[in-house]
Amino acid sequence: MRNFKRPVAIVASASFETPSEPSRNEVELLLPVIHDALGQVGLTQQDIGFTVSGSSDYLQGFPFAFVGALDAVGAWPPIRESHLEMDGAFALAEAVAVLQHGHVDTALVYAFARPSRGDLDRTLSIQLDPYSVAPLWPDARGLAGLQAQAMRDSGRFDSVPEVPPTHVADGCTAVVLAVGDRARELTKTPVWITGIDHRIEAPALGVRDLATSVSTRLAAESAGATDVDAAYLHVLYPHQELLLRDALGLNGQPVHSSAGPMMVGGLERIAAAAKAVAAGDARRAVAHATSGPCLQQNLVAVLDATAVLEGAAA
Amino acid sequence: MSNRVAVVGVGQTKYAAKRQDVSIAGLLREAATRALDDAGMTWADIDAVVIGKAPDMFEGVMMPELYLADALGAVGKPMLRVHTAGSVGGSTGVMATHLVSSGAHKRVLVVCFEKQSESNATWALSIRLPFTGGSVTGAGGFFAPVIRAYMRRANAPDDIGIKVAVKDRLNALNNPYAHLKLPDISEEMVRESPMLWDPIRYLETCPSSDGACAIVLADEDSAKGTPNPPAWIHGTAVRSEPTMGAGRDVVNPHAGRDCAKDVYAQAGITDPRRDIDCAEIYVPFSWYEPMWMENLGFAAEGEGWKMVDDGSTSFTGDMPINPSGGVLSSNPIGASGMCRFAEAALQVRGMAGDHQVDGARTALGHAYGGGAQFFAMWIVGSEPR
Amino acid sequence: MSADVVDEAVPPVTVIECPTRLDFSYTPGVAQSRFLRALERGEITGQRCPKCKKVYVPPRGACSMCGVATEEELVLSGKGTITTFCTTQIPSPGLVPPYVTAWIRLDGSDITSMFLIQECDPAEVRLGMRVEAVWVEEADRKADLGNISYFRPIDEPDAEYETYKDYV
Repeated sequence: MRNFKRPVAIVASASFETPSEPSRNEVELLLPVIHDALGQVGLTQQDIGFTVSGSSDYLQGFPFAFVGALDAVGAWPPIRESHLEMDGAFALAEAVAVLQHGHVDTALVYAFARPSRGDLDRTLSIQLDPYSVAPLWPDARGLAGLQAQAMRDSGRFDSVPEVPPTHVADGCTAVVLAVGDRARELTKTPVWITGIDHRIEAPALGVRDLATSVSTRLAAESAGATDVDAAYLHVLYPHQELLLRDALGLNGQPVHSSAGPMMVGGLERIAAAAKAVAAGDARRAVAHATSGPCLQQNLVAVLDATAVLEGAAA
Repeated sequence: MSNRVAVVGVGQTKYAAKRQDVSIAGLLREAATRALDDAGMTWADIDAVVIGKAPDMFEGVMMPELYLADALGAVGKPMLRVHTAGSVGGSTGVMATHLVSSGAHKRVLVVCFEKQSESNATWALSIRLPFTGGSVTGAGGFFAPVIRAYMRRANAPDDIGIKVAVKDRLNALNNPYAHLKLPDISEEMVRESPMLWDPIRYLETCPSSDGACAIVLADEDSAKGTPNPPAWIHGTAVRSEPTMGAGRDVVNPHAGRDCAKDVYAQAGITDPRRDIDCAEIYVPFSWYEPMWMENLGFAAEGEGWKMVDDGSTSFTGDMPINPSGGVLSSNPIGASGMCRFAEAALQVRGMAGDHQVDGARTALGHAYGGGAQFFAMWIVGSEPR
Repeated sequence: MSADVVDEAVPPVTVIECPTRLDFSYTPGVAQSRFLRALERGEITGQRCPKCKKVYVPPRGACSMCGVATEEELVLSGKGTITTFCTTQIPSPGLVPPYVTAWIRLDGSDITSMFLIQECDPAEVRLGMRVEAVWVEEADRKADLGNISYFRPIDEPDAEYETYKDYV
């Protein structure tokens, strides 16, 4: 999606990541990070028009995990709020759509996860077809290995790195969005989201060409991810960076890859890209988030220092 | 500021305790293909797919959009998954509406579901966290004290819940998709049913169902030329408040009142009881009908039960509530809110069949979730606004 | 090539069993951890919100209404008022129906907690009833809410409706 009726900017963000949080619960993890992000632009929860989060019950180990986390934001008086059982990057995409309407000018997007509490590799197995694949318990790293091998077999890559253990980390990210002049009021360096889109592929690995990322390419085309001078990629295993470079048509630009905490990592990449653009380290950056085994679903966002709206009147 | 959006297709599965004749994907496709047929569309016409359901632990499939991508024709398209507890069917509809009203997409397929028979929902809900003690059994154990507090607050007669239980089961007899069909339902039968969580009797509770409900949303251009009349979305709203908040009112939640005010303002409704022709609201325990009558502004505080008592909320009353039989007759948890939204749309499209409310032109769809801290609503009408 | 032929006489497979076991460790958090240590000592503690001044039990380290961290800790008496309740008639592990669970506003707190009511005929339980915590034997105490076996009525007049009606 691009050509927004109302330009949306990232005006603040904060992140926290640790290999394994020993003592704090999700509210205690989120509270300082949300306060940090809101505080950067002098806002409180009461100033926020729409709040949306991303998380997964299966990473917390109990149902309705997001319900308790909402206690960190101060939802009183009651707030406009939603939750996706997805990486926070997809929640950010929802917020951008909501901000196209006239009634809200600001949004808070957050994501949190504590995968260190369980066995992430094994937990992710139950993302697979529940009748024919999940009962075999193929683990996440094993599936990534199949993808790396498919890349080697394709002959399209000079060398494909070995698949390391799955990255496990706890953490959270909070991002504050604002529209047009409101964004300019809140910060001298709003970072404009000029395009954002996401695409999904088939679940059966056998019907996909694992040595390419079609969904990333489609999302990038739709988001207008051209002419970027930096990339912030959500890379769960190193070989996936090669696929993403290809799909995004990157050609020598600096690439900043990170896995981050599952469900948080994608939103964190968007936040990191925004920080780089705000700091002047990049003029126009592409940020990426992924979900599912072997890059099944991918989101691409284009962040720009200037609010040039393609196709919009100057 | 925002583009007009219409519901141009609705599809529901037959709701039942166990739909073992279909897989999870098969269940969703049953609803989705019916919605596409109603809309006169094929999978190829759809720009994006949004699914909603309650916790993944109800089926044991984590982030099921991944497994369902090809079954729902979403390969190569955007696909999203919403989870806002019991209100999810409603909030999924609201979010999907945003995708069209924002101009991001023209035609969006929305499917909500629960296939509780695949796993053990009661078990999934009863994961007891360490250190927490705990003595609550099921959702009824949580909501029964709230109902008792309402009865005291409103000085309501004891039989109001029984009347709602009978009314909704009578309505369900006119809904071919309804799970519970109790042709000989009577006040005596409800009163004699076992008391589970006093004051909630067995027949005052919802069943546990497998099922899916789908809708197709379209922008104004795409809604032109669809085979059946569209339902125009006049307003959508969501509100959340804290779960463990000192000073929140669980009986008459602030979030529900704010959500209703918001959606009425968007739809130009100043007197809900006069301006709305019928409503599909989330009533998993019978007493929630009078409670929501007050929360939604159909009745003054303390007087919701009178609308039940005098028959106003019955199928032939002035404010028919849940003509489909409601959650008390079919409860595919994650889809139950979407069923309310979809049934409201069917009413204003004139397509509700044997449970069509005569002359329904404006209808409310309502869902709530959690410990009544999450709300989602929409108003649909026969004419664009 | 008989595999293409569907044999109507063979019943379809409609259910396969796929047991799932996933283990998680649980972190109660800093505030709840302190609360659990207090329970081990036989004390019920709450935390006061620095902004709205309301007292949370159990403390979660934040006031969910204000969205601010809570630090000030106080010890409560363990007495409280039943603001509403439910009599459950269906069996639950370790409980014989009918049994009563009540929402109790502990004296000095601003939120209710749900506890079992015992040492009392279920039919006698009423709104506004005054109750107190009954603890497990000191030797058996752990850092667990299960330290409080249940609440029982105390010999005090019922609270006035106005004093507890907003605590539901």
